[in-house]
Amino acid sequence: MSSSANSGSDGRSNRQPAKRAFAAEFEDASETFQDGDDERSPKFTVLPTGANANRVFVVGTLTETKDVAKGSDSEYWQARVVDRTGTFFVYAGQYQSEAMAVLRSMEAPEYVAVVGKPRSYETDDGDMRVSLTPESVTSVDQATRDRWVVETADQTLDRIEAMETGEGEAGEQARDAYPEANMSEYSQEVKVALAQVARDESKGEGEGE
Amino acid sequence: MVDQCVFSTTATAAATATATTTATASAVLFPPEGCRVEEQFAGQIGPSEANEVVPIMSVQSTSGSIVEQFQTNADIEVDPEDVHERVTTLIDEYQVPEGEARRSVVSHLLDEHEIDRDAFYAQSGSDGNDLVGCGDIEAPEQWVDLEAEVIQLWEPKSDSIAQVGLLADDTGRIKFVSWAASNLPELEEGEAYALSNVVSDKYDGKFSVKLNKTTNIERLDEEIDTADGSESFTSEGALVKIKPGSGLIKRCPEEDCSRVLNDGRCSEHGQVEGEFDMRIKAALDNGQEVESVIFDAEATEAVTGWSLDEATSAAMDALDTTIVAEEFRSQLVGRYFEIEGPEVGEYHLVDEVEESSPDVACEADAARLLDEHFDAEMD
Repeated sequence: MSSSANSGSDGRSNRQPAKRAFAAEFEDASETFQDGDDERSPKFTVLPTGANANRVFVVGTLTETKDVAKGSDSEYWQARVVDRTGTFFVYAGQYQSEAMAVLRSMEAPEYVAVVGKPRSYETDDGDMRVSLTPESVTSVDQATRDRWVVETADQTLDRIEAMETGEGEAGEQARDAYPEANMSEYSQEVKVALAQVARDESKGEGEGE
Repeated sequence: MVDQCVFSTTATAAATATATTTATASAVLFPPEGCRVEEQFAGQIGPSEANEVVPIMSVQSTSGSIVEQFQTNADIEVDPEDVHERVTTLIDEYQVPEGEARRSVVSHLLDEHEIDRDAFYAQSGSDGNDLVGCGDIEAPEQWVDLEAEVIQLWEPKSDSIAQVGLLADDTGRIKFVSWAASNLPELEEGEAYALSNVVSDKYDGKFSVKLNKTTNIERLDEEIDTADGSESFTSEGALVKIKPGSGLIKRCPEEDCSRVLNDGRCSEHGQVEGEFDMRIKAALDNGQEVESVIFDAEATEAVTGWSLDEATSAAMDALDTTIVAEEFRSQLVGRYFEIEGPEVGEYHLVDEVEESSPDVACEADAARLLDEHFDAEMD
């Protein structure tokens, strides 16, 4: 894992790659850490299958958008983006004005691609929740969604395999953070997600738009 | 290769004016003016301490090439037996690496015959070094000759550097540096040159060549084929970001400038009437690695369907150039692309672009993954 700050401005930047994970795994990824002492050092979320994500890339179906701001003079948009395994909660406020404008104008259902940063927070009930702060939200087609599912399945299966052989990029961190995590459950979720795309083969046009 | 290495050390000696003596075999090592070679090494590297085995052949070839070099470069007959003895002493007795031995002997002879070092080495080059390809340089501190095109010049970051840029030929490309202190003629972008007597260097795992005051520069009339040198390669990933400086941009119209204007200003020529151009700087991300990619106007049109004229008139209508980048953003971000092109500077340049994998392939891939990973559980 790169320990450099994500401050690269141009060219071969130090930009952190966007990890791929299904919602079922992302929902469980409540453990975070900061790589460095600087306030601006990149923050990472530990994915249970053993990867540290400073950023994620998600493609799924937008099923709902709403302004959940409590006050009336500002907006805070919540979007639900679902894949076969669960839901990504996407929140855009004044600092994500571009993404917010897109969410405001979108109408569910629609396939969307979201690039964003994972954030975890504790609810009033003391539960840990993981959400996504978007850098961009764009409308995409079903082929892109299918492509994302296959890619995410591939990378998740690789991580699970590496976990099992103890070679993962962040396997130890993940095991410490989520001692209860069960790799075969995540593996089953991958299977469910893949089945959706593979089934489209026989069905022609899938569900959704 | 042997000749090349051997030559390297002699030329380095000339380039480095002051003498340093260090006992380690790999360090810079040659005698100060007028010093006897034997005295320099005596007591520093004992034969028993060195474990490098040098074949006899190299003594002969080193001696022979030194004699030859003095004949060619200075028209001086040096005593072959004397040369042979000195080389033998250094290599056999003191186990000094061949290159160092050569450097010592040449240095000694230069002093003995009162030969001007710069003039002597300026004669070298073409017949002293191997002509190598930019992509074939795989070791530092080799003195070589290149025939290459200057495909790019960068702004030097230090006053001590006169020019810095990229050289290319049909084997690859390599960065070059020309030092201000060397006072060499300026190289021009897009021109091909024969560069004799440049020395390779390695920094951060990457090779470069340094021009120096002994480097001979000759402009070539023939075109250098840099097609293969561009090393076109393919990358695939999701386009996750379109960076600032994308869309409709204006470039400085001054000759040989073409810098991108910032608020109508060129960093070199100040306020100018810019010329429209179109490009996309983006991040292509495969989940493991992120690559900076750049689409020129042609590639931008190929991927967006917008020609420069359309982009210009759309911006005119909106009285706002930023709508072009916004349009590109909403079109492209989140989609998967396969791009092909060379690496230029820090960017992967897009020559060819295609949206990756139509859904047919995805379905097959999904089925394959299911089969590979879940076959046992599916029955």
